[in-house]
Amino acid sequence: MSRRGRAWRSVFTLYLPVAPFVFFALFPLYFMVVTSLKTNAELYDPTTVPFLIKRGVTFGHYQLLSNDTLFWSWFINSLLVSVGATVISVILGILAAYPLARLKFFGGDSFGVAIFITYLVPPSLLFLPLTTVVNRLGLSDSLWSLIVTYPTFLVPFCTWLLMGYFRTVPREIEECAMLDGCNRVQTLVRILLPVAVPGVICAALFAFTLSWNEFLYALVFVSPAELKTMTVGVFSELIRGDIYYWGGLMAGACIGSFPIVIAYVFFLDYYVSGLTAGAVK
Amino acid sequence: MRLRTLNGEVAKIAGRGDAPARALADLFGRDAPFAYTLIAPAFFLLLFLVAYPFALSLWFSLSDARVGETGVFIGLENFQRLLRSDIFRQTLQNSVIFTAAALGAKTVFGMALALLLFRVTRFKRLIRGAVLLPFIVPTALSTLVWWWMFEPLYSVVNWTLKALHIVSHDIPWLPDPYLAMFTVILVNTWRGLPFFAITIFAGLVAIPREMYEAAESDGAGPIARFWHITLPLLTPVLAVVILFSAIFTLADFNIVYILTKGGPMNMTHLFATYSFALGLQSGQIGQGAAVSLFLFPILLFIVFTQLRLVRRATTYE
Repeated sequence: MSRRGRAWRSVFTLYLPVAPFVFFALFPLYFMVVTSLKTNAELYDPTTVPFLIKRGVTFGHYQLLSNDTLFWSWFINSLLVSVGATVISVILGILAAYPLARLKFFGGDSFGVAIFITYLVPPSLLFLPLTTVVNRLGLSDSLWSLIVTYPTFLVPFCTWLLMGYFRTVPREIEECAMLDGCNRVQTLVRILLPVAVPGVICAALFAFTLSWNEFLYALVFVSPAELKTMTVGVFSELIRGDIYYWGGLMAGACIGSFPIVIAYVFFLDYYVSGLTAGAVK
Repeated sequence: MRLRTLNGEVAKIAGRGDAPARALADLFGRDAPFAYTLIAPAFFLLLFLVAYPFALSLWFSLSDARVGETGVFIGLENFQRLLRSDIFRQTLQNSVIFTAAALGAKTVFGMALALLLFRVTRFKRLIRGAVLLPFIVPTALSTLVWWWMFEPLYSVVNWTLKALHIVSHDIPWLPDPYLAMFTVILVNTWRGLPFFAITIFAGLVAIPREMYEAAESDGAGPIARFWHITLPLLTPVLAVVILFSAIFTLADFNIVYILTKGGPMNMTHLFATYSFALGLQSGQIGQGAAVSLFLFPILLFIVFTQLRLVRRATTYE
């Protein structure tokens, strides 16, 4: 078959079948952006074509969000919680992953299994008793309740991911360092971590994404409006009774997704490797 | 041997020290004190914020605890009451339908998408990036746009169906119990599909090309190659993906809570949303804990199967 013929065939057998998947994945996100930029008059006119903006782009919904709601507080809260939880989880993850990947000690295997089990525990199994624990610790209605509880699902994830990563680093380079007089702590900090930077970046990206996207704990543990995180704030404060500010809701959803999408565009390969790490190791 | 004695301070001390200390070091491993120190922070975090809450959850489920009250021990009454309750039985049925349908859709379409992605050469990164996006965007926010797309008056889906003359009246997507179930399954599939596709894709990449070349020279067509090479070699990956996703599909909260709050008429309640409604909204913590504990046996089964799969995979290596 000629080159051109093969190219044409691939359009029909490959790119045409891929198109619906791409459309399915992207349409809701496209519609989110379009809705957030449309005037109310056009938004609630059933005779217009909903896919397009015909009567001019407006930033009114974004202005309303900025001026009349606590949106930027929620944004900053999300940022504080995600950074805090990510830092804690990555550090604890590195510390736990190193002995599990490298050292032989009594109870090591059982702890590895325990980490794996907690990795699979969904937040919806534990949110009720955790509410009680958070109350007893005096953390309810503060961002600390989230910074402390998010690591319960982030630490197992980071540990699991980094364990796999550490194992791919050859033992010999550490043994060489030890022959040169490094102790265990020095080999971890000076030899293993610099080699494992991609794994650490991957763990941090995922921890940040999972914290930023978390909804259930943030909904349950924090109730004052000014302390809410982005996901909960947009959902619970912009819907009042039966009145929906769809333009504002979509504007909030757009800005709320923005940091994650940006991180994703720059670090696509890390996301892909992190996603598959659990299953194909 | 020389190398091993160099493995840190502990080994030296254990080697020089008296017999009991050496026996202890042999039992726990030479690096044990160092290992325990590193693991301690993660261990205590998981002990206080996972194991302890879990024990607390067991206690709640066996008590008549309400918000602000510790409650007294009432045995299995919560579970008995749940099994007699129509809403809970409906929740069980919903969970089975939701999980089975969403997993089925994600597996079939995820496989199809992975096979397509595997052959894509042009715009590879762009296409891969695009189909992965739903998994990265915050679910709570992306579910809002689905809600808007299925909104009774201004639904873009209904507008399109009417414009194409497929239907003449608005379809009540969220007010109708069966359509509401369809909608939450659709949104779950939308969000979970990228995970399936990309993981199966990674599994496909790992299959040695020589196997296909050998099969091709034996005259096997594309369908035969799929059934006799791709599918069998992909089974371990598929099993892990499906089991992993089974837990998080079954335990889904965000999508159902945002789209339907479990309604209409409790027809879309899952364990998580019903447990939320009972435990937090009507304050019956005991009942709520009992509902969420129904997830646990399923979780255990999946963990057990996964560990066996992982172990088997490592012995093959």
